[in-house]
Amino acid sequence: MAKDTFAVPELTPYIEVPKIQPGAMAHSAPFKAKEEFQTPLGYPGERVEDWQKKAIAKMGELLGKYRSLRVYLDACVKCGACTDKCHYFLGTGDPKNMPVGRQDLMRKVYRRYFTLAGKLFPKLVGAVDLTEEVLNDWYSYYHQCSQCRRCSVFCPYGIDTAEISMAAREIMDSIGVGQKYCNEIIGKVYKVGNNLGLPGPALRDTLQGIEEDVYESTGVRVRYPIDEVGAEILLVTPSADFFAEPHIDGLIGYGKVFHEAGVSWTLSSYASEAANFGMFIGSYENMRRIALRIREAAIQLKVKRIIFGECGHAWRVAYSFLNTLAGPWDFLDPRYPVPQHICEFTYDLIQQGKLKFDKSENDDKVITFHDSCNVARASRMGDMPGGQFEIPRAIIRATCNHFYDMDEETIRDRTFCCGGGGGLLTDDLMELRVKGAKPRMDALNNVMQEKGVTHMVAICAICKTQFSKVMPYYGMEMDQVLSLHQLVSNAIVLTRRTDDEEMQDDLDDAD
Amino acid sequence: MADTIEVNGKQLAVDEEGYLANLNDWEPEVANVMAKQDNLELTPEHWEIINFLREYYEEYQIAPAVRVLTKAVGKKLGPDKGNSKYLYTLFPYGPAKQACRYAGLPKPTGCV
Repeated sequence: MAKDTFAVPELTPYIEVPKIQPGAMAHSAPFKAKEEFQTPLGYPGERVEDWQKKAIAKMGELLGKYRSLRVYLDACVKCGACTDKCHYFLGTGDPKNMPVGRQDLMRKVYRRYFTLAGKLFPKLVGAVDLTEEVLNDWYSYYHQCSQCRRCSVFCPYGIDTAEISMAAREIMDSIGVGQKYCNEIIGKVYKVGNNLGLPGPALRDTLQGIEEDVYESTGVRVRYPIDEVGAEILLVTPSADFFAEPHIDGLIGYGKVFHEAGVSWTLSSYASEAANFGMFIGSYENMRRIALRIREAAIQLKVKRIIFGECGHAWRVAYSFLNTLAGPWDFLDPRYPVPQHICEFTYDLIQQGKLKFDKSENDDKVITFHDSCNVARASRMGDMPGGQFEIPRAIIRATCNHFYDMDEETIRDRTFCCGGGGGLLTDDLMELRVKGAKPRMDALNNVMQEKGVTHMVAICAICKTQFSKVMPYYGMEMDQVLSLHQLVSNAIVLTRRTDDEEMQDDLDDAD
Repeated sequence: MADTIEVNGKQLAVDEEGYLANLNDWEPEVANVMAKQDNLELTPEHWEIINFLREYYEEYQIAPAVRVLTKAVGKKLGPDKGNSKYLYTLFPYGPAKQACRYAGLPKPTGCV
């Protein structure tokens, strides 16, 4: 493992637009997927011989299928509104990380093969052939976009660079040029059921350990069931919630909320993953195949409701696409939205006065909240506009005494990406991840200085991992990032039940 | 990163991130060689972790969750060591990834 050789940006009190440094990140490219990671997804194992022809044909197919893609490639008037909005540009100064620069990598090829002017007078309209050099640029810079869609908020035409980068990755996959991180992970979902590759016995062992820990610390028997047929609710959560910190503390919190709600729930070892990396690689087929596992699990376990845990892009897929990907959901209870977010579930209980909190349990912390990009800009929560911003904050206020937001320019629909979204949360992109985190780290550092904030809360597995890895580069501690339901878990007052004593007997017997 | 590492005179294949390509190739010296590449000297404390990882992998075919690992370490070495901070002092690149690599386990993938 090589030592880091890049310079960590210095934090600043305001967002400073960096000097342009052409080619500053041209060296950044993730490992390519080998054949073993390509074929399970239906892609060629290595770059095909007539790759240029095939790539153009694939582009034509996507242009026909997605009207939006053609509009985005046609509509840009080079107004410049997006140029200083991408966290990767702000962190690196590389002009190809300006959203318009990134779009132009595809736009110039589009013009060459799909517009009359580009076919006849390529030089006049900035059209170029799809050469090896252009393909290398695609691979590098379309893996420097976390598909966070912040730029689209500021574009007067609403051009969504995320869709362009998804299309580029789909085109590259189709000619055998795939990214190892995403494609290996999707293969694991097909083979084992989740991104991590956690088999059923490992899941059960972890959940049993959690039950013991929660009982030891609270004296209340909170269950963390898996594969229980007939439960009312199926919880689909990112597999990092079973494995990593601080994710697992969130999972502990979900279980406590279900316990207090008095509902039966279950996880599924078959659909033990909320994440859907099919979206990151722009592949409808793979996104659908992953989503269908949730449908199969719901049918098999005979549940009535589906709830998603804290995962940003999973909620986009769930909220925006689940019905067309894996519906219809007519076998579920029609009184509840399909699906629901765990934050909606917790918030509803708080509104009904069904949860009791001792906020002082979180008095050792001063909290701020990081809006995850896919929740903030690609979905909603609850029944009011902006619910995805207000509901998590309402839960924080219900469970903590000390909460301050970061600078308005950096939160809600203008939130900055953590720097690791969109399939970039891999060690081989660490320089990009550290530099891309700078705008968020600036805002966090400022609210730490001004308000004494000690912890940042997130509702996305990627954000949590990314922050715990990059915060030390900026002189912060890795455990300053928390799961939202960790706060709930700390403050919730659990109700004792009669069977709590039995658990003690079980534990005694085990000893 | 080289595609092989030399262990006891044998060339063992590793992937681009330095993990053993064939898990059956593992022997204790693999951990020592990998640690040396990272300028790290393995102590008995490191070996406690590496051995636990291998035992757990044997049973569950996956690395243990960080929480499972810290709990086991806490039980064995005392509660002050049962936390991820202690594990990071041993394995600065992260217990899940660096320790798994030394132990000859596959890299944990996903949002971790």
